[in-house]
Amino acid sequence: MKAARLRRVAARVGALFASLFIALTMAFALGRLSGDPTANILGPTAPPEQREALRQQLGLDRPLLTQYFDYITGVFTGNLGESLQFYQANTTLIFDRVPYTLQLVAAGMAIAIIIGVPLGVLAATREGTWWDRAASTVALLGQSIPVFWLGMMLVVLFAVKLGWLPAGQSGTPRHLILPSLTMSLYPMAHIARLTRASMSEALAEPFIDSARARGISRTRVVWRHAFKNALMPVLTIVVLQTGILLSGAVAVEYVYSWPGLGQLALQAIQFRDFPLVQAIVVFGAVVFVLLNLLVDVIHSVVDPRVR
Amino acid sequence: MAEMLKRGSPAGAGRGPGIPEDVPVLAVDGLVVEHRNRTTGEVFRAVDGVCLRIGAGESAAVVGESGSGKTTLAMAATGLGPRSGGEIELLGHSLDAIGRRRLRELRREVQIVFQDPHGSLDSRQSVRSGLRELRGLQRERTAWIDDAGLLERVRLSPDLLDRYPHQLSGGQAQRVCIARALLMRPRLIVADEPTSGLDVSVQADVLELLREVRESTGAAMLMISHDLAVVRAVCDTAHVMRHGRVVESGPCETVFTSPADDYTRELLAAMPGGRWRARR
Repeated sequence: MKAARLRRVAARVGALFASLFIALTMAFALGRLSGDPTANILGPTAPPEQREALRQQLGLDRPLLTQYFDYITGVFTGNLGESLQFYQANTTLIFDRVPYTLQLVAAGMAIAIIIGVPLGVLAATREGTWWDRAASTVALLGQSIPVFWLGMMLVVLFAVKLGWLPAGQSGTPRHLILPSLTMSLYPMAHIARLTRASMSEALAEPFIDSARARGISRTRVVWRHAFKNALMPVLTIVVLQTGILLSGAVAVEYVYSWPGLGQLALQAIQFRDFPLVQAIVVFGAVVFVLLNLLVDVIHSVVDPRVR
Repeated sequence: MAEMLKRGSPAGAGRGPGIPEDVPVLAVDGLVVEHRNRTTGEVFRAVDGVCLRIGAGESAAVVGESGSGKTTLAMAATGLGPRSGGEIELLGHSLDAIGRRRLRELRREVQIVFQDPHGSLDSRQSVRSGLRELRGLQRERTAWIDDAGLLERVRLSPDLLDRYPHQLSGGQAQRVCIARALLMRPRLIVADEPTSGLDVSVQADVLELLREVRESTGAAMLMISHDLAVVRAVCDTAHVMRHGRVVESGPCETVFTSPADDYTRELLAAMPGGRWRARR
């Protein structure tokens, strides 16, 4: 029993490392596939000698395999290179921005969960009714409205017309309201839909009838039994959505001039700062792998069958 | 064995406050259950004017092939399923006259054992925590026996208390379900195909257990089954259902050995367990 469990854990960790490795390799390959960065950095009119000098400076003149090897060792020793535009270590740049993005993601996900989960449960327990249709419509809208459009509309309404909230930048909790609301919409819709599907599946299980037959109250049956069984897919999506937001809240951060990771990524792309782009991709991959590990841990805590 | 079961007999079973002995635990009168197909709008009558009475301590069976409305009847009769028409009196209370809260309280005295034992247990709940939840519903009513004693009564080792459903065999899971029913000291036990989800080797044991539980607690029983051998082992009376109607009712022996209705005869020939008729 114990040995089997240990083997399972080892296999999971192995798989996570493998996916991390693939992600790192892809980040490297895509960086090279985008062409010679020196042309972009120096402009098309730069003399070849100057480009050659920059190539040497960046280490791009070395064989590809050496570059790859250096890059991988760098990642595992916490060295993600230096930015071409900021002349600073990429890790410093990233970790300066992470707290801002983290704030935004935490607030956004909190809103998404607080609205999305009850909405999904409501729809599932009142399947086929007006409530259900209303919740489904909200979810559909939430998943189809583009984030940048919603962001701009909220700015127009609350910042420009009503003047209640700041239109952008960070600093006070009031600055956080609009961007986190904007950010919450998509995950909220996703969570609501998934909760509904998962709950309605759980509510159709025979043990629900069985629990009701024993005289357990409906509220308890819904939350204690059905919800607990429906929780896993919802938790998974919450964690994965968090990962997506953490590594790429680009649109929201751009609309609200939020000094987070997404904005940094945008700046990096615009400046063809390929070491920084690569570093951000690597950071995202690491976050994803860690969050996946977290999902597994949660899974084993919540579901006795996985233990 | 019967002695052992009687020792821990739930005192006061079969007697609710202020309900006289002669009131039937379940009286179903002209029950109709209709399902409407949402897309075509067609109405299908799953139960069509069924009348049924089960007195205190009696055991009745509803038999019929699948799709004859047996389970729908049982679900409606306990207020768990939909009902389109007719009267149901559960433990002397008309289901029309009582609210949700009262119905929930009544349900504690009416326990159901389902066909799929694993399905009817919450996979996230250990045996012990499931029992604790039920005890929380009615502390005094369930205080008559401790967890270990309860498991012993359904002939399970107390070691199983910390197991989760997936760690139990089908027979063990069904015994846990029976234990959970027993804990509430029910006045009526509804058993919906209690053995058909089990291996043949444990069916007889579980059936025997149900019979002993019934005898030792004095609870009435409504058994839903398509298996004549099962019905015969546990029940006094039998109701034969076809297309939502009861086509024949009477004492088990009479119904099965000298059926009055053609359909019953047909059914007897086709049903599992029908072989025993040859021995009459």
